[in-house]
Amino acid sequence: MALLDVKNLEAAYGPTKVLHGISFALEEGGITTILGANGAGKTTTLRAVCNMVATRGEVTLAGARIDGLSTEDIVRRGVAHVPDGRGTFLQLSVEENLRLGGYVRRDKAAMLVDIERMYGLFPRLGERRWQQAGTLSGGEQQMLAVSRALMLRPKLLLLDEPSFGLAPLIVREIFRTMRQINKDEKVSMLLVEQNAALALDLADHAYLLETGRIVMSGTAEQIKNDDTVRRSYLGY
Amino acid sequence: MDAFLHQVVAGLATGGIYAAVALALVMIYQSTHLVNFAQGEMAMFSTYIAWALIEGGMSYWLAFAITVAVSLGVGILIQRFIIRPVSNASVLTVVVVFIGLLAIFNAMAGWIWSHTIKSFPSPFPEKPIFGSLISNHEMGTLGVTLIVLILLYVFFRYTPLGLAMRAAAQNPVSSRLVGVRVGWMLALGWGLAAAIGAVAGMMVAPIVYLDPNMMAGILLYGFASALIGGIDNPWGAVLGGFIVGVLENVLGAYVIGTELKLTVALVIIVAVLTVKPSGLFGKVIVTRV
Repeated sequence: MALLDVKNLEAAYGPTKVLHGISFALEEGGITTILGANGAGKTTTLRAVCNMVATRGEVTLAGARIDGLSTEDIVRRGVAHVPDGRGTFLQLSVEENLRLGGYVRRDKAAMLVDIERMYGLFPRLGERRWQQAGTLSGGEQQMLAVSRALMLRPKLLLLDEPSFGLAPLIVREIFRTMRQINKDEKVSMLLVEQNAALALDLADHAYLLETGRIVMSGTAEQIKNDDTVRRSYLGY
Repeated sequence: MDAFLHQVVAGLATGGIYAAVALALVMIYQSTHLVNFAQGEMAMFSTYIAWALIEGGMSYWLAFAITVAVSLGVGILIQRFIIRPVSNASVLTVVVVFIGLLAIFNAMAGWIWSHTIKSFPSPFPEKPIFGSLISNHEMGTLGVTLIVLILLYVFFRYTPLGLAMRAAAQNPVSSRLVGVRVGWMLALGWGLAAAIGAVAGMMVAPIVYLDPNMMAGILLYGFASALIGGIDNPWGAVLGGFIVGVLENVLGAYVIGTELKLTVALVIIVAVLTVKPSGLFGKVIVTRV
């Protein structure tokens, strides 16, 4: 059974419809990516799964419908979101950001262990634990955003363009860590990216989104070898 | 010299009250970006509740505790039922709602308890303990303010709920994404502000006497304090409160006389807004146009 099953999802900002009934599924333990150009509706897709925009359609998580639930309750079902723009709490310290990531958890002792684990994954965050998060570099803030989401111990991690605006070296570090987390902890991931080559390397399944509609889907391998995708998104 | 020192110390005591009012204003400002004009009248109404309980034969500190708890609850209810429905409305709409609340609380207090001025008891002993430098009520007020400040500091700094409240005020979208129930955090912010206001009201009432308009001047001082510190900075607001308290007292005693004391607050407000709108510790917000 799919961990996340989305059927005929529509989303709109006021009168402007952005998603025109998309359907996709994500296997438990898998990494699925949604590719698309600017304005295709990638960010909106993730927002719609978390009910942050006006939506219609069915969203099922581990067999239970979650469409119609508030964002706060969807988080409590184990969906963590690394949002567009990283969503850092700029005036709070790095450690406070991480503590907020585990806000809905009740196992305090395990949470402290998890905070140390994040510093293990990203040692640079550990060096800056008492620093105001607003003083971190873009790459460090992205590491913080990923760690904050992991603090929930999520079943499903939604990632909105984690490579955006970062130096290639840092992007590689973040993607390596995500692969490791997926392997070691079986966290399923839904990754939205403009950088198709990067995303297809990490993911096992891929969907192609064009102006609010899914135009192609398959395994990452199939999509990677498709001529149209190669020409328009991979550029070779 | 002794007289001057007394003015400074007394100024610190009233400054504590202004600090509390300023802190309440800042708490609401952080989540709504507006100054709650009804903050003073809410505090006045709370003080009347305390007065009624004490008149009914209750001991002072029990009445104090009940008043703080009731104010917390009423603050939460006001946010949930009156402020939340207009939270997406224009600035002017919300300001009108604030002024409406001000008028309602003022009129209700007069209607229930009449407009005649009442004396309000001080919980601290009459007989001077600290000599002529500071009266017991001034010392007590200072002590109570400091306790309130320490409790708030511990709450916001070290509890998950306090952290969630700070997060919700700063970044509501991200807060929802980690599961913080932002709506309730804002309501709780109103409750806390109302509770702090209630403490300020009960501490100031023995000095200014209890009547429905008693907080009008205090709110002005509180507003001046919050502006000095930077309207979005709680610690600045507290420091601003003490600065305004001392300034008001010293200037009132030596420079302009007691009749013109309230002018100090107005001059501070105008001066800060024209010279340094961000206050001492406020954030300068740059908007791209």
